[in-house]
Amino acid sequence: MSAAAATVTVPARSGNRAWAKFKANRSALIGGVVVVFFCVMALVAPLLPIADPIATDWALVRKAPSALHWFGTDEIGRDIFSRMLWGARASLMAGVISVLIAVAVGVPLGMIAGYFGGWTDQIIARFTDAMLAMPFLILAIALAAFLGPSLTNAMIAIGLSAVPVFIRLARGQVMSVKTEEYVDAARALGLGHLRILRRYVLPNIIPPILVQATLTIATAIIAEASLSFLGLGQQPPFPSWGAMLSTAKNFLAQAPYMAIYPGMAIFLVVMGFNLLGDGLRDALDPRDNG
Amino acid sequence: MMRYFLNRVLVAVPTLFLVSIFVFMLQKLLPGDPILVMAGESRDPETIAYLRELYRMNDPIVWQYIYWLGDVLQGDLGRSLRSGIPVTELIAQKLPVTIQLAVMSMIFAMLVGIPAGVISAVKKGTFWDYLANFVALSGLSVPNFWLGIMLILLVSVNLGWLPASGYETPFVDPWRSFQTTLMPSIVLGTAIAGSLMRHTRSAMLGVLQADYVRTARAKGLSEKTVILQHALRNALLPIVTLSAVMFGELLAGAVLTEQIFTIPGFGKMIVDAVFNRDYAVVQGVVLVTATGFIVINLLADLLYFLLNPRMRATL
Repeated sequence: MSAAAATVTVPARSGNRAWAKFKANRSALIGGVVVVFFCVMALVAPLLPIADPIATDWALVRKAPSALHWFGTDEIGRDIFSRMLWGARASLMAGVISVLIAVAVGVPLGMIAGYFGGWTDQIIARFTDAMLAMPFLILAIALAAFLGPSLTNAMIAIGLSAVPVFIRLARGQVMSVKTEEYVDAARALGLGHLRILRRYVLPNIIPPILVQATLTIATAIIAEASLSFLGLGQQPPFPSWGAMLSTAKNFLAQAPYMAIYPGMAIFLVVMGFNLLGDGLRDALDPRDNG
Repeated sequence: MMRYFLNRVLVAVPTLFLVSIFVFMLQKLLPGDPILVMAGESRDPETIAYLRELYRMNDPIVWQYIYWLGDVLQGDLGRSLRSGIPVTELIAQKLPVTIQLAVMSMIFAMLVGIPAGVISAVKKGTFWDYLANFVALSGLSVPNFWLGIMLILLVSVNLGWLPASGYETPFVDPWRSFQTTLMPSIVLGTAIAGSLMRHTRSAMLGVLQADYVRTARAKGLSEKTVILQHALRNALLPIVTLSAVMFGELLAGAVLTEQIFTIPGFGKMIVDAVFNRDYAVVQGVVLVTATGFIVINLLADLLYFLLNPRMRATL
């Protein structure tokens, strides 16, 4: 097998060129910095000397931002800054895990459809069309409602709703890669389908999947916030940006800061992932690699 | 062309069939028994047995699906478990509200997105291009429910210009109807405007390189005529079909917007149904939305053919 693998030539990787292009793209770098910043904040939240995000204090109900409570306090006296940092964990985890679910289910199905074609492809394609016909958020809401409200179920619902995007992408990519000479060569050497798919097809379809995954994390973060806003995501008293906004809309006249900060955080992190995704697409696009 | 279109319709049939199976299975996957919900708190065994028989719950699941599909094909989506009103009647009441919102959002998105895309392409690499790109990406990144809350805070709470919530039908009071739907339309149309701007920019950049644009310039036509008459007309072709597809997505986007502005539309109906565990309504809404989405996509395809002279030539 090692001899076979050595005989088959996979096109040289252009990782360095892509990295150079990515580094030269200022908006992609800004996106990357924003994403890293939020990830670090989410990771170190338990280590920071900040207030307990679920501890209530009736003497501190709806206090405006101050030196002690940077972003103010909410309707039951909890520190908004602390809840924002802990909320970042819920949002980012939901974004990443739901996309991992979508990739883990969608990419293998798309690869099978694209590689084998025929009836297998027809069945998977119709299944994908049917899922795509159901709008993403409505599907996620229906699934989350039927699974029961919790952050885990919201992630499953969002992940399953995003599956068809990855099926379609992987299918299209495999259909183009499978006609390449190195795949023909691998086939001629008598390698099994699974080995060809894993060793020669998968590595060549990773760049567009990476780009799509980055952009889908942005969509998934908004979807999680939307589900939490509706009460179908993270359950109280644990913090999530969407649920914080849902409460904040009842106190707009009295405590507008309750709505400003969590929304700004969602906006910035989603913008970060969108900039990063756009930058990765430009950097990894083979048409621009001269 | 007719053959192509018929082919697309034929492909849509199994897709709709799969959607119907999925929607039917949603109910079966539910934790809890809808019959117990219907039987009320007393849970009288005779009532439960009667309801099971009435809703054919004792039949094998395949037959249950066939009966359900038969009813759906005759326009019967069942009755709301909560109010007892037929689901089709509920949808017929709520859908026009959301369509009004969707039309207004689309108008807003086109008025903002298309000119911004044209300016961005024509002034590529300038401050205006960067500004338009930044605004478009912001539109795509901002969660619409937060934008809604911020607009309420600014326009309703601080300035008092527009009502923060409520709805009036245009047939009763057109001005009030416009006032109550203006902010929700802007909220709903923002992401679409961002998307339209990006697509218009990309289409215009492609068209501006074309030979016929160079010829138009060489003829000595003014830059305005070249851009509006020659370039934009061609660049708009994919944008029109894209807008048709986005129109379907607007129906889904209305879910949160209607919730924030308390607009009694299609989106609010699904959220209320989810919380009331009104499964028949949830099923009905998902089925109608998916069917609408497939039909709109088909119409977008047809529209593309009708608008594109090269495609029309194949008729």
